[in-house]
Amino acid sequence: MDIINYLQEHENKDMLRFLTCGSVDDGKSTLIGRMLYDAKMIFDDQLSAAESESKKYGTTGEKIDMALLVDGLQSEREQGITIDVAYRFFATENRKFIIADTPGHEQYTRNMVTGASTADVAIILIDARKSILTQTRRHSFIVSLLGIEHVVVAINKMDLVDFSEDKYNEIKAAYAELAKELEIKNTYYIPLSALDGDNVVDKSKKTSWFDGKPLLGLLDSMDISKEVKSENFRFPVQYVNRPNLDFRGFCGTIAAGSVKVGDDITVLPSGKCTKVKSIINGGDITEVNRSVTTEEAYAPMAITITTEDEVDISRGDMIVHTSNLPRVSNSLKVMLVWMDKKPMDINRAYDIKRATSVVSGSFEHINYKIDVNTYERIQVDTLELNDIASCKMLLTRPITADSYKENKETGSFIVVDRITNNTVGAGMIVGVTKRDEDATVATNKNYTDAEKALNEYIRNSFPEWNCKEV
Amino acid sequence: MKISKERLTHLKQLEAESIHILREVAAEFSNPVMMYSVGKDSSVMLHLAMKAFAPSKLPFPMLHVDTKWKFKEMIEFRDQRAKDLGFDLVVHSNQEGIDMDISPFSHGSKVHTDIMKTQGLKQALNAGGYDAVIGGARRDEEKSRAKERIFSFRDQHHRWDPKNQRPELWNVYNTAIAKGESVRVFPISNWTELDIWQYIYLESIKIPSLYFAKEQEVVEYQGTKIRVDDERVPEELRKTAKKEMVRFRTLGCYPLTGAINSTATTLPEIIKEMLLSTSSEREGRLIDKDQEGAMELKKIEGYF
Repeated sequence: MDIINYLQEHENKDMLRFLTCGSVDDGKSTLIGRMLYDAKMIFDDQLSAAESESKKYGTTGEKIDMALLVDGLQSEREQGITIDVAYRFFATENRKFIIADTPGHEQYTRNMVTGASTADVAIILIDARKSILTQTRRHSFIVSLLGIEHVVVAINKMDLVDFSEDKYNEIKAAYAELAKELEIKNTYYIPLSALDGDNVVDKSKKTSWFDGKPLLGLLDSMDISKEVKSENFRFPVQYVNRPNLDFRGFCGTIAAGSVKVGDDITVLPSGKCTKVKSIINGGDITEVNRSVTTEEAYAPMAITITTEDEVDISRGDMIVHTSNLPRVSNSLKVMLVWMDKKPMDINRAYDIKRATSVVSGSFEHINYKIDVNTYERIQVDTLELNDIASCKMLLTRPITADSYKENKETGSFIVVDRITNNTVGAGMIVGVTKRDEDATVATNKNYTDAEKALNEYIRNSFPEWNCKEV
Repeated sequence: MKISKERLTHLKQLEAESIHILREVAAEFSNPVMMYSVGKDSSVMLHLAMKAFAPSKLPFPMLHVDTKWKFKEMIEFRDQRAKDLGFDLVVHSNQEGIDMDISPFSHGSKVHTDIMKTQGLKQALNAGGYDAVIGGARRDEEKSRAKERIFSFRDQHHRWDPKNQRPELWNVYNTAIAKGESVRVFPISNWTELDIWQYIYLESIKIPSLYFAKEQEVVEYQGTKIRVDDERVPEELRKTAKKEMVRFRTLGCYPLTGAINSTATTLPEIIKEMLLSTSSEREGRLIDKDQEGAMELKKIEGYF
């Protein structure tokens, strides 16, 4: 083994985050255990620990219960179910993988939403004997809601249907209908057996009729790159770095697009304009040189920007290109997932954290709740734990209103209870509500000559106020 | 794999994520502190923090809970780093434990860890009044850690409630707490041991010499090889001491840290050895083996 070569190759790995959806009976933990085991991520001591635990809690008789390799907490092992989200890691030559392992039962919808929020790919397990069940519809809905563009349909337990091609085709056709209904962009189908490892890491000899890749090969080669629209630069200001009077840098992680030195930028919601003076990419900083700068940076780099002018910028502001301003609004249409045992109160004040800004707001109206199993829209007055609904959200301050579809990083938010401080909900911006559009029109009113003169006087005498021309 | 200009490599993505988390702590908490255990993960965290706040100095102090049983080299390394990088170093030891003469040899790992480490940590946190404590735990280390949040809520008694964790979505972290409560923050949650080593190699990060193999005096103790660091190793054990080429995969209290036979004297050799290894990193740590689910219990009690 040539270690130096190995290190050079592995410096340039890509990263892929995926979510596994399925219930205990679907063999989800077994599938993950199998992937980790076959990818040699399970060490001997962990295996022997699992072996001794298999005897105590296992459900697979003489075989090592693969599920025990991944089921984390003692309380969960005793109950034999995965309750929370657990994160697992493994790597191939091409990619580092992060698995969000989430429970599939309806009462854990919020945990699945949590796991789905950071995933690039979802693996949906279907029991070959049972085809598409209510839970498949639920999992697929959540995957679609959270904007996951790649869905792998793992048709599991093929060993129990004699690796039947007809059965596979039947399920594939049925799922394709569902994917169309939910507007899932890319779907992939694999017949497999997690218990015996068929088509998990190695291609199975029992499915000669299947010409696709085994699961790991598929994950390893899948193209998950997204089209980068450099003009849609979004930079939520996270932290103001001011070590002395000579330096004032605005730190943050680029949420979308790219930025260059000299670009014209606008700070939202204030609307103040300036130019980018310098960019420090945190990644480039070394122990010896703590002031390396770069000409250009792009998402998801963690950078620090300095500006040409001394404009007032603080945490929670959004820096964008002046040439391409997003809409700013305080009245938004959102999809909300309620995550607390205590129901949501209409019109009660909650803290809304979007990117780096925390604004107080409330839910004025529930347009409809969605039944995650039938996709039926239901009229309700309140939201309970695990409910998903379309709501109208009113904020006490306007924020940039990118939709979640356009931009996950700036279109997502969490809801925090102001008394318990718990995260009680998660939301995705759909768009600006009608009423606010009317309000925007109202500000484009006709000014009198006196008002125009006042505006001109302010602009000429107090340019530091950054007053807009009317 | 070819990665387009707009896609960062996995290490650069992890690095950016960690920097984001560190800045979130500095921005949202009034009195944060970073745990400094002097090991390789701490070295990476320190490096990431230096990047996150450049050109400024670290906006928070580094806290070392010294159990008084650490390897000599760790203490020397710690003090040298503090001098070179100019960060504020807070060192705390549990005086009651010192007065009671707590020793892993006579009291066992459970009592020692509880008094010198867990209690010592709680004392240090109470004394400092910190509202956010940044730690270097990784999710790949142990099963109960795989489920822990990046911003992990602790009640007034520093306890973790695994069944009642806050949902954590996207990269939007809930930092709201009441007075007296705190949050443990784990910026390198998503790194694996291999990521850590690769990053140390790529970024030339300084780590203590204990990670590299050399001839050391070791004795067999509870099924593991431990180094004879000082005269506190019991007489009868010391009689069995022999010199071997060893190194350490993790660093902690020397009586509780198993050495492995190794000839790896460079970073690439260490990484190679790790890749070919058949046992997980924590095997060398005696404290996890006390009982099944040991880490989960210790975490609930307030251990990291």
